[in-house]
Amino acid sequence: MIALLRRDLTLALRAGGGFGLGLAFYLILVALVAFGVGPEGALLARIAPGILWVGALLACLLSLDRIFALDREDGSLELLATAPLPLEGIVTMKALAHWITTGLPLVVAAPLLGLMLNLPGPGFAWLFVSLLIGTPALSVLGTFGAALTVGLKRGGLLLSLIVLPLYVPTLIFGAEVARRGAEGLAVQTPLLLLAGITCGTLALLPFASAAVLRVNLR
Amino acid sequence: MDMRVKDLCVARGGVALLEGVSFTLAPGQALILRGPNGSGKTTLLRCLAGLQDPRGGEIGFDRELAAYGAHADGLKAQMSVTENLTFWAAVHGLSDIAPALAAFDLEALRDRQAGMLSAGQKRRLGLARMMVTGRALWLLDEPTVSLDAASVALFAEAVRAHLAGGGMAVIATHIDLGLPEAAVLDLGPLKARAEMDDFDDAFGGAFL
Repeated sequence: MIALLRRDLTLALRAGGGFGLGLAFYLILVALVAFGVGPEGALLARIAPGILWVGALLACLLSLDRIFALDREDGSLELLATAPLPLEGIVTMKALAHWITTGLPLVVAAPLLGLMLNLPGPGFAWLFVSLLIGTPALSVLGTFGAALTVGLKRGGLLLSLIVLPLYVPTLIFGAEVARRGAEGLAVQTPLLLLAGITCGTLALLPFASAAVLRVNLR
Repeated sequence: MDMRVKDLCVARGGVALLEGVSFTLAPGQALILRGPNGSGKTTLLRCLAGLQDPRGGEIGFDRELAAYGAHADGLKAQMSVTENLTFWAAVHGLSDIAPALAAFDLEALRDRQAGMLSAGQKRRLGLARMMVTGRALWLLDEPTVSLDAASVALFAEAVRAHLAGGGMAVIATHIDLGLPEAAVLDLGPLKARAEMDDFDDAFGGAFL
């Protein structure tokens, strides 16, 4: 399974792998909001946590359809399904590879982009923490959506429509942590709920994704 | 361990394609599947590989023993020949890819990116993948597509070596592989009579 993770990371980093696309999109999106809203520091500071979270969500979405579609095209997915690895493990490794190549760079970049949106001082740490806890759920949910749409030609849009509503709870609590952090309020409740959602998706969705893949490979 | 298949019925898209498929394969034996296009060779192989469930009948062997070689080779264009083979070996818990490279004459190409290979070279790499699975039963779907005569001979040699080592193989093919010892199963006469119920099931009754 480590070999699968290593292969996916290698492929993402090589030409045409799409590494950095999500990050560049995130940067541009945040810059556009800053330009669009204008130089109103107080307004930007108020909307910064929400914008930074929505941007991370959309950037995450960009690379989801690659998770299984490429492996399906070249036949690797069928061969992996007949390999001695459990399909649940394969799905988990795929989600982990997606998180490392897409989610983690977003987490690291978000505080820097917070500067552009005039995020208040105490908010930086909580934005980082909320994204660090929340983005794994985005990758796992996205992997489930990718498994659902793997057999479809041009399933990318359908994938977005399926996955975005599933992202809502993570977005609500993630942005709430960042907002409360920025305003200096107690963050414990939304932080625990966010962590709970992530733990729940990590525990349950690999099984659902594997079951869906089995049906789609038939 | 013998491979027993008894009275197997396979379906694609809800419509039965083959019924009454029965054969037994002992270690060291190979079976050639023949039949016109669309007769169900691929579907039968996918069933044997465990990628889909049969409609009926019994498959009496452990599917963990089977390695499946499909039309698509499962190669990554951005990775080298060695990296591709090493990956599939690692997935199957093995690490030695040298015999597979040698058997399919890929040593000179070992550092070439898979995307730069010709169709025949890719196919050879895909077949070399079967060797690094370390599995006893090879299920091969049209393995000789885009291979030249010399490569077909290499492939036949590899299959013979695999059989000599106690392996088994089920191969769907149209051409003569030069394996006279292999049994031949003609799927033509096993074509399922498509029943009206099948169509109703497959299309939710709205089709007819």
